[in-house]
This record gives sequence, structure tokens and C-alpha cells, in this order.
Amino acid sequence: MIPAAFDYLRPTTVEDAVAALAEAGEEAKVLAGGHSLLPVLRLRLAAPTLLVDLGGLPQLRGVRTDGDTLVLGAMTTHAEVAGAPVVVDAAPLLAQAAATIGDRQVRHRGTLGGSLAHADPAGDLPTAAVALDAELVLAGPAGRRTVPAREFFVDYFTTTLRPDELLVEVRVPALPGWGSHYLKVNRTAQAWATVAVAAVVERENGTITQARVALTNMGPTPVRAVAVERALAGVPVDAIEAAAAHAVEGTSPASDTTASADYRRHLAQVLARRALTAAAGS
Amino acid sequence: MTATLAGTAAEPEVGRARLRKEDARLVTGRTRWTENITVPGMLHLAILRSPHAHARISRVDTSAALREPNVIAAFSGADVAETQGTMACAWPVTEDIVLPIYRPLAVDEVRHVGEPVAVVVARDRASATDALEAIEVDYEPLPVVLGLESALADGAPLVHADAGTNKCYTWVLDSGEAGTGKAVGEAAAAAELTIHRRYVQQRLVPASMEPRSVLVDPTGDEWTIYSATQIPHILRFLLAATTGTPEHKIRVIAPDVGGGFGGKLAVTPEEWIAFAAANRVGKPVKYTESRSESMVSAHHGRDMIQDITLYARRDGTVTGLSVKLLANMGAYLGIVTPGVPILGAFMYNAIYKFPAYRFECTGVFTTTTKTDAYRGAGRPEATYAIERIMDELAAELDLDPLEVRRRNWIRHDEFPFTTVAGLEYDSGNYEAATEKAMQLFGYDTLRAEQAKRRVAGDPVQLGIGVSTYTEMCGLAPSRILGALRYGAGGWESASVRLLPTGKVEVVTGTSPHGQGHVTSWSQIVADQLGVAFDDVEVLHGDTRTSHKGLDTYGSRSLAVGGIALVLACQKVREKARTIAAHLLECAPDDLEFADGAFRVRGTPTSAKTIGECALAVFAAHDLPDGVEPQLDAEATFDPQTFSFPHGTHLCAVDVDTETGAATIRKYVCVDDVGTVVNPLIVEGQVHGGVAQGIAQALYEEAVFDEDGNLVTGSLADYTVPSSADLPEIVSDRTETPATSNPLGVKGVGEAGTIASTPAVVNAIVDALRPSGVTDVPMPCTPERVWRALQTARSGQEVAA
Repeated sequence: MIPAAFDYLRPTTVEDAVAALAEAGEEAKVLAGGHSLLPVLRLRLAAPTLLVDLGGLPQLRGVRTDGDTLVLGAMTTHAEVAGAPVVVDAAPLLAQAAATIGDRQVRHRGTLGGSLAHADPAGDLPTAAVALDAELVLAGPAGRRTVPAREFFVDYFTTTLRPDELLVEVRVPALPGWGSHYLKVNRTAQAWATVAVAAVVERENGTITQARVALTNMGPTPVRAVAVERALAGVPVDAIEAAAAHAVEGTSPASDTTASADYRRHLAQVLARRALTAAAGS
Repeated sequence: MTATLAGTAAEPEVGRARLRKEDARLVTGRTRWTENITVPGMLHLAILRSPHAHARISRVDTSAALREPNVIAAFSGADVAETQGTMACAWPVTEDIVLPIYRPLAVDEVRHVGEPVAVVVARDRASATDALEAIEVDYEPLPVVLGLESALADGAPLVHADAGTNKCYTWVLDSGEAGTGKAVGEAAAAAELTIHRRYVQQRLVPASMEPRSVLVDPTGDEWTIYSATQIPHILRFLLAATTGTPEHKIRVIAPDVGGGFGGKLAVTPEEWIAFAAANRVGKPVKYTESRSESMVSAHHGRDMIQDITLYARRDGTVTGLSVKLLANMGAYLGIVTPGVPILGAFMYNAIYKFPAYRFECTGVFTTTTKTDAYRGAGRPEATYAIERIMDELAAELDLDPLEVRRRNWIRHDEFPFTTVAGLEYDSGNYEAATEKAMQLFGYDTLRAEQAKRRVAGDPVQLGIGVSTYTEMCGLAPSRILGALRYGAGGWESASVRLLPTGKVEVVTGTSPHGQGHVTSWSQIVADQLGVAFDDVEVLHGDTRTSHKGLDTYGSRSLAVGGIALVLACQKVREKARTIAAHLLECAPDDLEFADGAFRVRGTPTSAKTIGECALAVFAAHDLPDGVEPQLDAEATFDPQTFSFPHGTHLCAVDVDTETGAATIRKYVCVDDVGTVVNPLIVEGQVHGGVAQGIAQALYEEAVFDEDGNLVTGSLADYTVPSSADLPEIVSDRTETPATSNPLGVKGVGEAGTIASTPAVVNAIVDALRPSGVTDVPMPCTPERVWRALQTARSGQEVAA
């Protein structure tokens, strides 16, 4: 299919990009890799009048550390997130989740910011960001603001981003000494997650001191499995199995051609147990 | 003349793993796909398709579209009702079959989502696509008919009201009535064991890499049609026959074609629409479908319900088989739609020699995309059902699945063997292929591991699946096709042209679309004529150079077209023998053709190559009296029987009983496709075929919602596996030459697809059988495997 006609802008500063978005209002879409946007345009499910391509903003690309915080530019590709030593070192969960996305071609074009802003409940990086308590930096006409990942995702494909705002940076607090694991079940290697689980665990002397668990595709947004987390505060590692059974609490998975809600609930428990076990290193 | 020039005792070309001549240009894209072709003045076509599965069209208004930028024409089915022709079904399988009128552009009613309704012709593709939105269509929705059984129920809404029924046909093969065996009723009465199963062949999408594309150029004194088709010759014939266009004024070119899998064994409404559009505007018109259009409007495959009943003795001897089939035709009949399940009728008996068989198939219309040939066409379905139920018999008798097969298969010393379905299998050695496969697989070791893991209660259980298949290839003996009411013959044609420098041009009536005929045909000619592999050019897919042919499908090209080529080469050789004898001043009978040249018996250095003879006839200065100055020859081969590849596929699957995920751990296949011309191509065909069969077992399914919308309408939802999802495939061969043709070849295009699906599903069921699972519907997704386990476990609990 061929998209409906649109104007195309490739700004070189964040300010210009934001100004263009502010002017176009709801009629503009941001191009940040395009793997989700272009199919929607080609199927004519959306017909924006303006595409603002962030490909001309190298300042939004790359990874650095800022004290105990890992800072990732929004236009950093999945391949860079998966492979950059600083990410693998400071936030291995994020690297692991990025490595499961699509295929090599997708990972070299798709971007971290694009994935987060698109807010597909089957996306991997939103879940990882939520599990890691990442903070998202948004730039708008009035300046920048920072939103915790847990508050960023509002509904299916909906975030707190305003039409005139850009996601420019992702800040991930390092968790030294924590173990982590991202475990995903999908129909084919290139498919979105049927269900996936992100687990991050802090241990001390064989005891789990605290854990964070987030679920992919178990509701309209990434879900923190708070009941599991509560059950894993200051308990031995063998408490994981019982705790994982709470993974379905607070979820509302959909039934679709990939899987039924029932199966997703079952899968969430199995994967939570396995991901936590791997994260706890036992 | 030196012995070097006269050819040497080089290694024969047939049997060599030659790299394919075609690949450099195909892999780099430096080639001609239909979509790449541009001709002067060319316009672009876009098609508006029905959003309803069933509706009356009360009004189509294209006037607003005509006012859109760059638009040249816009019209509906009603506008071309008299001139657009109709789509033909070439296989009316019974006398009383319902043959609905099938118009390229719907005129007053649509019967599936995606059916073409109106078109725009514009200067560029984007403008044509944009202008579709300006066309207004009023639909009055009619009730949809989706299920096979519900379509046959009393009072079901009718897909074709005129027909008065949704039943297309019922076709029966009964060994008692046909005299090819006993009546199945006798077997049923005497059976010590009766096993009934219902299997569902899900609907599949052929999904070739290149979508369909057509360019019609009506300028000049003829019509030139480029099409991404498997069947340029049949396209020309049917276009002439259904539109009244003189056949000799139609030239069809199939340039390089990017895969078909039966999906391009079709003449398509889109080709007819492009033809009508080009005629209407008097200019060349091109149409290339999008993937979304392809998914919903190109024909689908399979979609059958199989009720199969096996009768046996308690010693494992099968005594009879009854098959009742419901086959979904979709809304209309494509060229071989009704015949696809009938091809399977001859294959349910497979490699086994039981004496009684009955097959009954009812074709059913539904308001869905039509079905037609898809890789294997009828034979994968048959093989799936029989190989699945043979495992059920083994389980019932607590025998190894291979042992049950051994007790029933035709032994190698029993060939030729006439089956209960009435076909004569010329050759085969099921014992040898099975033995080799078991060794490569480590069958006994894996069975031991399986036993251990069962006892240990491992959450990941090991399953071992077996498929000992055969299939019928080399479509087809024309007499048999006639008896089956097929609309054409099954012969194939080849001609061989000698150029003065000794190079050879081959014209084949087959139409390769990925199979590598240029390479294999070159190897055959090299051996037959003593010329170099690189000195052979193979021309195909253009009805002007190749006026005669029946194209490529049904694993027929080598087993039929390759034989025509051999026969043509033999004619060339006989002509050249006369020339060589004249040049060597001996009698033709004194010459033998050896090591690539004609040699005087007893004086092998006195020799003439075919190339030298070609130069001599080109000059024509010194030819025997009455001898025409040319060596060219043409031959047409009509096979007397089918060929019957066979083999044994073994599959080991790890089934995660917690998630339901089935992972293929080991896949071994030993195929016997007769003499192998190019082992590399054979292995590639087997790999691709196995991948496609695994795709049916584990991944792919076309799903409609209750309104008849295809919900798996993109490659995001219709999950075609990639290399990352597939196992290493260990492929080996036994070679039992076919006795029915001079090359001993059988065909390999569909073997992998036919064999692999039951091997994989048998493995999954084998892993779960101790839990009481006897079936997992395809595709065996993790959820379906998990559900089968849940159901079986709760059943066992209830029983306990």
C-alpha cells in the first residue's frame, strides 16, 4: 500500500523539532525509526499531514553514564542498546530486552525512544523501563520535564507525551549487584511478545532483599507485578515459586489471534517464576 | 581432430552439485521482476476491493475518482460486464459440479472480502491509490457463510443463490466399485480394530516472496502480457478462450518469478482486469498487488476437514481405510480448485498395501477467499491423515510407529505394485530409506532418552515423530487427466537449437520460478550432447520463444519436461550422427557417441563433436544429399504413469509442558527422488519444503472473524517462520531410479512439504501421549499444546 500524502521535515535541532510539532498539533507524527509508524501509514490507518523525522538529530543518539545513572539518547537504536558495553554493564536487563526485538535489520533502525513513545503493550523496552524505574525526559516548547516510566504509559499506544513534546532522553538508575532477566515467549522470532517478564532481583546472603517484576502484554500498559514484589521482600530464593503465582494480580490481558487471555495469565506465572529464578541466579 | 576438442571422459554433469546459473542475478536483484518492467506510456492500476464478505452491490459511482489528479480512467464491474470475460475452472471434477459464474470485477454481488469491485487507472501508482478513496459503492450486506459444516446445513445462506446449494460436488473413489480392491464395508465388518479420527487442515496462504504483478501492453498489433505467473502458456490459452482475443495475437512473458508454491498456478482476476483496463485506455497498464491485497485475494490453500477411519487386525495389519472429506472451495473456483482434494484421493493409501479403500470428498462454497493449489495440493493432506492415524494404530497396539509401518508397507521386492487406489508404483525401497534415516537420527538412542525423561517427569518431554511418505509426481499422463475430467493434457515440450559455434539454446515449456531449471537443464544437455555446461542457454517463460508448454507445478518439470528435453537431444544426436558419418566418411552405424563425441568404433581418435556438426550444417557446403542443413529438434513427452518419490522423515521435538512451546530439536530426512541431476538443488528443494511443512505444523493459519474478515491479513499476524525459527535439517538420500522414464527421475518440488507436517505433529503428540493427548490441532501453537494437555489431564482425572 501507499501512504496518503504528507509533508516531511527533518530538523537539526530539538528546538526546531518541537516548534514544528507545536505548529502542526495533532496532525503531526514523529518518525523515530519507523518500524511501527510506516505500516500504519501504508495501511492508511493514520494519515498525518506532517512527518517530523528525528534522523537528523545525532545529539539524541548515544549512551553515557552520569554518576550512578545510565543516560540513553532517545534515538539510540535497539542494536546499540543491546550491544553497548556500558548498557550491558549498568542495565543488562535493558540490553537483553533490546536484543529480543524483531531481527537484525529492525534492531538497527528501530530506536529506544520510538519504542517507548509508541507504547505498544507488546513492546519489550517499555516493560524494561518500568522494571528499572527509568525516568523519561520530555522536551516541549516550555522546556524539559522528567516523567517516571511508571507514569509515562497511560493506555494502549497512549503516553503522557503531549502533541508538542518529544521524548529526548531515558535515564536508568544503575542497580549494582542486582541480578536481572528478561524472558519472552513469542510465536516466531520476529513476532511481538505473547507475554514477557522482566525481573530484577537484589540478593544478600541467599536471601532476596527486594525484587521488581514487570510484565509485557498483560494489559494496556506494562504492568508492575506488585503482588509478586511484595511477596519477595526479605525471603529465601525458594519463595519464588509461590510468589510467581501472584503474577496475574492486577493484569488485564487481551485475547487475540496470538493467544487467549487465559493462556497469557498462565504464561505470566510460568515466566515470572523462570525469570525470577534466573535473575536470582539460582 | 584432436581428442581434446572431441570431448574427454569428463565426469558426467548429471549428479554434480553445480551452483545455480540463476542465483547471482536473482540474489542480487539484478534481474527482471514484472514490477521492475516499464514500457513507454505505461499507466498504473489500483483496485478497490470489497470490505464485505457477502453483499449486493446496489451502486458504484466512479465519477469523483475521475476528477482526481492524474487519473485517466475509473470503472466498475458493471461498466465492463460484457467485455471483461470470466474466470475459468479447468477441472470440473464431476458431471453435476456447480460451476458459478466468476467475473474478474464483481458486477452485482461480492462473495468474499477483498473481491475486486472497481478500478482506477492513473499516471502513477500513488495517484491511482489515492483516487480509490473517491469511489462510492453502496453495499447491501447479505449473510455470510464461513464454516464447512454450517454451509451444508439445511437453511444455510447461499453463497451462490442460483445454485440452490452450497455443495459444489461430491466425488467418490471406491476400491470395491472401481475393481482396484475390496469393498471397505467388508473390512469394517471383519475389523478387529477400528480407529476413527477427525483432522483439520487449516487454511494456509502461499505467501511467495514476490507478490503477483501483471503488465498488459496493448500497443502495436498484439497484446504483450508480463505476469508473475507459474503458467504463461495456460494464461495465454485461457485469456484467448474467455475474452475472444485471437491467441496468436497474445504474447505472455513470465520474467523471473519470485516463488509461487502453487499460488501462481492461477489465472487471476487481476490479470483479466489489467487486460480490460489496458484495452479501455489503449495504453499499457501495470498492476502489482500489495502484501495486504495478496493475503486476502490471492488464492489460499488446504482448508479441509478429514474424517478418517482405519480398520485393522490386532497384529497391526491394516485391512481398510475410509476417508470422508469436506473441502472448502471458498467463494469461487480457480483453475484447479475442485481437483486439489482429488489429487489426494490417490495418496491416502500411501506406501501401504491394505486391500479396501473408500474416499469421498464434498466441495463446499463459503464466503471466503477461494482456495486452490498450494505446495503439494491434496497430497500433504492425505499424507498427514494417514501418517497421523498410523501412529494412532501403533499406540493402540503398543507398537513402535515404525514397526506398524513395516508390517504394512510395500516391500522393495514387491514393485511394481498396483495400489488399492489403482495406481501402479514403479519402484521404491521404503526399508532402505527408513534404515538410513534411523541411523542418521539415532532413533534408538532418542527413544531411550525419551523413556528416561518420561520416568523422571521432566517438564520438558521429548517426542519422536515419524513420517514415511510417498507422493505422486510428474503431472501427468494426459489420458489419466482426461479420465479425471481435467481440462488439459499433462505432456511437456522441449526444443534444442544448435548455434554455429557449437553453443546450444534450449527452449522448455516448463516455467521455472525459483527451481533452477536453467542449471539442471544445462546439466542434462551437457551429458546428452557432449557440450560444456556453460555453453547451454535455457529459454523459458515467453510464449513467443516457447510456444508450447504446460508450465511448472506438481513436481512435473524434470519428470516430464526433463524427459522431453532428453528426447529432443536424442533427435539432435541422430541428425548429427548422419553429418558426423559424412564428415568422417563412414557409415552412421560405425559411429558410437562416447565421451562427448561421435567416434568411429575401434578408432576413437577419429571423432566429431556435435559442435563440429553444427558448424558443418551452418556452412552447408558439404552435406549428404537430401539432408536438411540444421540439427535442431523438438520433442513432446506425455508420461505413461506418475512417478513416486518417497522417504522417511524423523523429527524430535522438545515440548515444554508448562508453556506448551514445541521446539524441534532434530530433523532428519532421507528422500528417494530417483536419479538426482543436481544434489544442491535437490537439497534446497527439500529444505524449503520441510520449512513450509513445519510452518503448517507449528506456525501458519489464515483466520477469518465471524463477519468473514481475514484477521491474519498481514505478515505480522500470519506468522511465516524465518530461518531463526527453523531447525537444522539433516537431509540425505537413497536413489531408487524411476523405471518409467529414461532419466530415472521422480520430482522433488513438494516432497519436503508433504512429509514434514505429520512428522512434526506426530512428534508433539508422541511427547504428550502418556498424558492422554491424541491430537493437537494445527498449527500446534504453544497455547494449543498447553490446552491439549489441560484437557487430557482433566479427562484422566475424571476417568480416575
